[in-house]
Amino acid sequence: MIPAHPHSWLIISVSFAAALAITLFPVPVLLAPLRPDWTTLVLIYWIIALPHRVGVGTGWVVGMFQDAATGTLLGQQALGMTVVAYLVLLLYQRIRNYPVWQQAIIVMIFVALFRVIGAWVLGVIGRPVGFSYWLPALTSMLVWPLVFLVLRHIRRRYHVV
Amino acid sequence: MDHRWHYVDTVRSTMSAILYPLQVMVDLSTSPFRSISHYFTSKAALIEQVETLRIRQMLLETQLQRMVTLEAENRRLRRLLHSSMETRQETRVAEIIAVDLDPFSRQVVINKGSNDDVFPGQPLFDANGVMGQVIHVGPFSSTALLITAPSHATPVEVNRNGLRAIAMGTGAPNRLNLPFIPNNADIRVGDILVTSGLGGRFPPGHPVATVSRVENLPSRPYALVEATPTANLDGIREVLLVWTNPTNELSEAETEPSQVTPEANHSP
Repeated sequence: MIPAHPHSWLIISVSFAAALAITLFPVPVLLAPLRPDWTTLVLIYWIIALPHRVGVGTGWVVGMFQDAATGTLLGQQALGMTVVAYLVLLLYQRIRNYPVWQQAIIVMIFVALFRVIGAWVLGVIGRPVGFSYWLPALTSMLVWPLVFLVLRHIRRRYHVV
Repeated sequence: MDHRWHYVDTVRSTMSAILYPLQVMVDLSTSPFRSISHYFTSKAALIEQVETLRIRQMLLETQLQRMVTLEAENRRLRRLLHSSMETRQETRVAEIIAVDLDPFSRQVVINKGSNDDVFPGQPLFDANGVMGQVIHVGPFSSTALLITAPSHATPVEVNRNGLRAIAMGTGAPNRLNLPFIPNNADIRVGDILVTSGLGGRFPPGHPVATVSRVENLPSRPYALVEATPTANLDGIREVLLVWTNPTNELSEAETEPSQVTPEANHSP
């Protein structure tokens, strides 16, 4: 176990908070269903980059906060994030070596999986989802290169280890 | 656990307290956009707006004068009839925090929480009608479910003849569904639906929606009835929180303490 590194944790927490803030930022009604899953993208990035530091537990905590912030059932998105975090932890060595566009496709699959779990929970509580529920998987794929480059810049600039 | 039994409400309210600074930050970051639109409003338009508002204010004040006497008379008559129906209410203004929630569940965050005596189930209004009810309360903020949410049902009655119905949310921003209305029921396009007070959540007599479509389906037992909410659900920032049974501290602040009658305390 690597000793805690307060400076790294600060940067990582701030990046998650920023992602959550972007998620909450009001956009026109027509664009709202297209909103990418920013926090999931940030989570996937940090797991690929620092698998020894960010993992399933982080995913769960971030998911809980996102649930509380966006008013979904407490645990709905946390469950999805936990499962996605686990799979990314299994595959991070492979994903790391892919070019960015190929990572984007993998990311789309992860976000779709995250949404499948959410849809399952919503189905259990009797709220079936429509077509627009799945669109964020596509938009997340499109913004992944941006998220990746920005977070990599931040990681190198501030020596987050 | 969260869905049925609310065991984790304290967890949720703690988390909402932690998240409050973030929400306020997001809200503040949107204010430049609003001020830009203010900046481009012309002076003439503003003068005109002030003028219209002043006239409206005058009209409303006149109506209010009558309303005060009517309310007093109404209370006296009800006391004579030993009716426990409560007409007095306490209202306070809250502001919607500009954050987007899950786009499929139609909720809003307001900037008043348990520190301001907000409670779960509390009704929420705007100047034109019912908006929704509070579902989660944090110390500084709370989450409200709008009447257009698919999981929300409002007990209503037709203002014209007292026909009772239930207005279900559809998830669409300005449409409510009224299921289970028989084909031969007396309901027309343009009818105003007000809260019926059944269910005990919403005080009776507040406008909810106007009927926008009535279609008799001879092959089905019930007619297809749709309504448009009168409240401006999407484009408003100030909302009114209503306390139907004012707390002690509020009734002390009341100008006429003698009107707190025993039967008011027995009201459900």
